[in-house]
This record gives sequence, structure tokens and C-alpha cells, in this order.
Amino acid sequence: MNETFVGMPAFPEAAREALDDTTLRGNLRHATHTIRAKRAATVAEVSDWAELREAGSRIKEHTLRHLDRYLEQLEESVTAAGGTVHWAADAAEANRIVTELVRETGESEVVKVKSMATQEIGLNEALEAAGIRAYETDLAELIVQLGEDRPSHILVPAIHRNRAEIRDIFRTAMAGWGRPAPEGLSDRPAELAEAARLHLREKFLRAKVGVSGANFMVAETGTMVVVESEGNGRMCLTLPETLISVVGIEKVVPTWRDLEVFLQTLPRSSTAERMNPYTSMWTGTTDGDGPRAFHLVLLDNGRTDTLADEVGRQALRCIRCSACLNVCPVYERAGGHAYGSVYPGPIGAILSPQLRGTASEIDVSLPYASSLCGACYEVCPVAIDIPEVLVRLRERVVEGGPAVREGNRVVLRPARGHAAERAAMRAARWTFTHPGALRTGQRLASRARRLRPRTLPGPGAAWTATRDLPEVPAEPFRDWWERTRGGKEETT
Amino acid sequence: MRVALFLTCVNDTLYPDTGRAVVRLLGRLGVDVDFPLAQTCCGQAHYNTGYRHETEPLARHHAEVFGEYDAIVTPSGSCAAMVRELYPRLGERARAEGRGEELAGVLAPVVPKTYELTEFLVDVLGVTDVGAVYPHKVTYHPTCHGLRSLGLGDRPRRLLEAVRGLELVELPGADECCGFGGTFAVKNAGVSAAMGADKMRNAESTGAEVLCAADNSCLMHLGGTMSRAGSVVRPVHIAEILASTEEEPAR
Ligand code: SF4
Repeated sequence: MNETFVGMPAFPEAAREALDDTTLRGNLRHATHTIRAKRAATVAEVSDWAELREAGSRIKEHTLRHLDRYLEQLEESVTAAGGTVHWAADAAEANRIVTELVRETGESEVVKVKSMATQEIGLNEALEAAGIRAYETDLAELIVQLGEDRPSHILVPAIHRNRAEIRDIFRTAMAGWGRPAPEGLSDRPAELAEAARLHLREKFLRAKVGVSGANFMVAETGTMVVVESEGNGRMCLTLPETLISVVGIEKVVPTWRDLEVFLQTLPRSSTAERMNPYTSMWTGTTDGDGPRAFHLVLLDNGRTDTLADEVGRQALRCIRCSACLNVCPVYERAGGHAYGSVYPGPIGAILSPQLRGTASEIDVSLPYASSLCGACYEVCPVAIDIPEVLVRLRERVVEGGPAVREGNRVVLRPARGHAAERAAMRAARWTFTHPGALRTGQRLASRARRLRPRTLPGPGAAWTATRDLPEVPAEPFRDWWERTRGGKEETT
Repeated sequence: MRVALFLTCVNDTLYPDTGRAVVRLLGRLGVDVDFPLAQTCCGQAHYNTGYRHETEPLARHHAEVFGEYDAIVTPSGSCAAMVRELYPRLGERARAEGRGEELAGVLAPVVPKTYELTEFLVDVLGVTDVGAVYPHKVTYHPTCHGLRSLGLGDRPRRLLEAVRGLELVELPGADECCGFGGTFAVKNAGVSAAMGADKMRNAESTGAEVLCAADNSCLMHLGGTMSRAGSVVRPVHIAEILASTEEEPAR
């Protein structure tokens, strides 16, 4: 995945930075709570939300089951409409294809409309290595790019920045990337937006190559769909001579009609709007209008491996609305960067370890980055049971088992570092299947109750650092029950 | 009707008062509960931490102990959710792994008969006024499993509102997780503590003396947080409030 993210520390450590940063926590809290309330209100307006959610989930599930068929149909439709389809098995292959396509045009710069797939594969870095400069044109992406930062939210990648920080970034960095920020730029939103508009316009008018992602691909017509709020995307899609769209294979839907469901649920779930301001659709090429060449790069990069897991595959239903981030109490406190991926929050916690495997420190820790409170599942417009997938991935971490990696069946071994926990779980299981042993343990605890320590050693220290331990009662319930026959012979 | 009390391992070991309160409360309402001594643990912590295979014998044991009763009552939303939501899933997964119907068959009987305490009172016994007296200012935290997995809705509130002397005050951000989450409290202690502290501050802002919930595990985390911070709010399980009378008042 994105180079800037590898070598990330495990989640609890990565979260510490955000937990200690009160400005950041304030920014996040404010932003997520605002959008959360608005989303709830906009969703409540729709009387058939439950049916829409069910329909969206079913369309996606059906498509995933027959993904090979719909992808072949998509390739045919795109080709028939004058586009060219390329298949990329992984990040390296996708980057190679895009770099080659840009080189063939003879250009050394491209404009980009927000595409998570290109961030997932680290395309900007790959292009830079090939001497090609990529300009982000989505406002939030621009802020991230100018700030030499990393995105921290699916929809609002600069959610962790406040207005004053954005003004400072524009003032210091814009000049290095093109048109400088206007003199005396303030932190008023209108002024900031105008500065970005002027800066970007120059690039739109100059660029010969555009790179985009897509929210949906329609198999029957070969139509690509981008849903956005600013209109910058539309500029990227229509002005350049060559358009290259890099899209994950899970974004296909069978028919044009299916869009109807998602164009209702996506904006309400993501920006809390009844309808998003710009929905751009393009089908191949058209004479005298829009790009003269259109390339679609279909990206796998771990997706078919994910598809092989019957519990985990539901993560591929995701329409990237970011509603789960905005309700997640863990995301709110840990911040988006702690997830070590372009996909943060609850969806990131289940998507990254499936796309990348559970080999790195961060990927092993992500399935535990949740209290399993279920708020993400409740809010998800395609009903992805995120807690269920988290538990499934925890199982993969601690118990290992069969999986598919790069198309091959493998048997994963339990991740290292869980030996003590595994032993404790086994011991607990043994105790719990032997009630006599449980009772002995309870009595020992009762006898040692006066020793209740304020701090515990080992993993227990994580509890006692901020919380007191409960008092151990003099008598466990079962002893009271036996002694008094359920209170009928109460003597004390 | 043969009713069993499934107290849960946490309540049995650390919160026996909650168990005694349930026995007293149900007795007052004419239900004589049995406490099968062979019961241990539903396996929730094992399952949620990823030890599905270690969970299976626990679930099997649980189903064998409770299978013959007509109703199984538990003062724990999360353990009720474990049985109702996740036991069927254990069976399904075993089936998907080619191990047949056996596990599903063993676990199935307890699933529809398991009730969280407030559900049992409202849905099975059909009462909301349980004749309790509790002259305190109380705020209620609906724990995640009760709220979202079981869909307890306003049942606990209706029960609390009918308690004489009790002043119920709204908890800001009530439906947000307290940060316990089982092993999450230790594996991601920093985030867990931040969530707990926010919940505590929200409870304090109501001016309530008591923070009430239907899950002692969440209350253990919040109680530990409040005790360490020297908060004036104290945690009390809803069963103890509902069991409280003038003659035998709860703290
Ligand atoms: S998992 Fe669901 S809620 Fe989260 S971004 Fe994807 S579609 Fe939206």
C-alpha cells in the first residue's frame, strides 16, 4: 500500500499521539459530532431507509458472488464505448501501467481527482519517481498534499486540520506547487476556498492528462460514476485529453438501475446531503467532447483474496461513505492516522488487514482497534457487520487457519506475540468447563481480597493505570446460593 | 415455568449482590428461579478475542446446563447477546467448516429462551412497575449490547421511571460506548480510558448520584474510572435498584 504508511507502529501506540493532542481531539470531536447529527437527521427523512440499506447490501453481495462475470461484461462495454481496459494484480503493476500511459502522452504532469485507490497503491510517489508530478485537486486532498501530510478520513482527508492550520499551509506551501496564496490570506472559509480555486484553475487549464478514481462502474453500459461536492472532479474528468481511471474491482454494479439505490444512500450517509452536488458519469469516449483517450485500470491488490473469506468478504460491499468513521468512538479519539492506511476507522480496521494480510505490526493490531460497540454496523448503508469481521480477523490472528494469499490457498499460522494470551484463554476455558475448578479459583480470590492492589504487573497494568480494580466480595454468589439455598435459609 | 438464573461468571465472582438482587426481585414477582450450579461462562470473552475454537466447549457446556429450562434470565446484556446472536453463528461456522449440524443442534435450544433481565420483566412477566423504592437521582447508561444487539429500547427506562422516589435524569451521549469492550480495555487502554473518562464526565454533568446500567462489566470499567478520579457518582446495577424496597433498601 501507500509507502508513507509502511513501518507503522501498532495501533495502540499510533493512537497515543492523537490522544495526547488536545487540539486534534477537539477538531475531530467537533467534526464527527456535527456530521453525525446531520446524517441522522437526513436519514430520518427517508421512510424506506431500511429497505434501501437492504437493497444496497443485496446488490453488492450479488455482484461480489458473480464478480468475474460482471467484470468481463464491464470490459466489453468499456471497450465497445471506445475505452481501453487494463488489469492490475497489485500496486506495482497498476503503478507501472499508469506511468507508461502518462509517458506515452509525453506529459510530465497530471491532475487528479480524489481517488482512494491511487493512494492505496502509492501512485503519486511512483509517478514522482518517474519524473511526473501529480496535482491533487480535491480541496481536502490539496491541503494534505501541500501540508506534506497523510489523509486521515475517507471523505474529509484533512479533517484533523482546523482553519488556521489550513491558512498557514496555503501561505507557506502553495507557491512551491504553482500559483502562490494571495497576499494577506485570512482563515475565513470563503477566502481559503477562493485561494484554492485560483491555485487549481491554473492546473485544470494546463493539464493534458487526468487521473481519477470512481465510485461505481456500471457493467451493462461501461459507465463510470464519480460523486463529489466541489466540481473540481468534473474539471479533471472533462478538460484533459487523456483520462486514466484507477478503480478497485469491487466497485462494479450490474446495471444502471442499481445506481438509483446508491445515489440515495451514499450522499445521505457521507455528507448528510439529500443529493450530492456533482454526479459525473462518463462512458468511453465521445467525439468532440471530453477526453479523446480513456483508460480504465482495474485494480485487484488483495481484493480477490478478500473475496475468498466468507465472513470477511462483506468488507468489499463498502461504498466509502465514511459514516462508520463519524460514529466510531475509537476513531474519534485515536484519529485517522493511527490506522496506518488510506482507509481509517472501522472500515479500515477490517479492510487493511484483509488487503494487506496480517503480517505487519499495524495490520495485526487493527482487528483489536474496536470495542465492538456496533455503532458502525448500525450506521452502515450497505449493512456491513464490521464487528463480526473484526472478530473473524482476530480469530485469524490468534488461531491462524485457512486463507487465500495472492490467489493461493495457504494455512496461516497464529501471529506471534499472543502466546501468553492464548495460554490464558486455554486455562480459562479449562476452568470454565470444570465448575469445581472455577469455585476453587473464586474462593482463592475471596481469601486474597484484602490484597486488592492499586497497580497490577504485566498486562494488568494497562487496567490499573487509570482505573481501580473492583473489590472482590467475601463470598461468590454460588457459595451464597448453596449456603442459603437461594436465600430461603438466609442466616446472615 | 422453570426459570433459570444465568448469572454470568463476572457477576458470580465479583458482583454477587446483583445475583441476590435478581433472586429477590423475581421472588417478589412470584418467579422462583433456579441457579444451576454447573454453570460457568458463556464464552463471550473468548469469542470476542478471536478464540472461536476455545469458545465452542464453553458454549456447549452452557447449552447443556441450561437446555432443559423454559426460560433463562441474565442480568447482563452482553452475555444475553452472546447467546442470542453469536451461538447461532458458532453453529453456522461449524457447518460451513464441514462439521455438520451437531454443534448448531446442541446450541439452538437455549437461544430463543434466553432473556436479559429487563426484557424478561417487561416482555415475559408483563410488568413495568416492580414495586421498587429507591430515593436517589439516577442516570441510565444503555450499554452497547443491550442497545444495539438486543434492542432493549425503552424497557429499562420504563422500569426505572416506575420506581418510587427515583429521579431519572438524561445522560448526554447516552448511546456512546463507555470504552470497556472486554479485552479492548487492556489492549487499547489509552483509547478505552479516554472513552471512560468522557462517559464519567457526562454522568457527572447530570448531577446524578448514581450511574445505572444493565451490565456489570461496563460498570466495573466506569466504576474503576470514577473511583480512581474521586468522582461523586457511583455505579449501581439496575437489578439492585429494581430489587430495592423500603424494608430492604439498596445502597
Ligand atoms: S463500511 Fe459502511 S459505513 Fe463505513 S464507509 Fe463503508 S459503506 Fe460507509
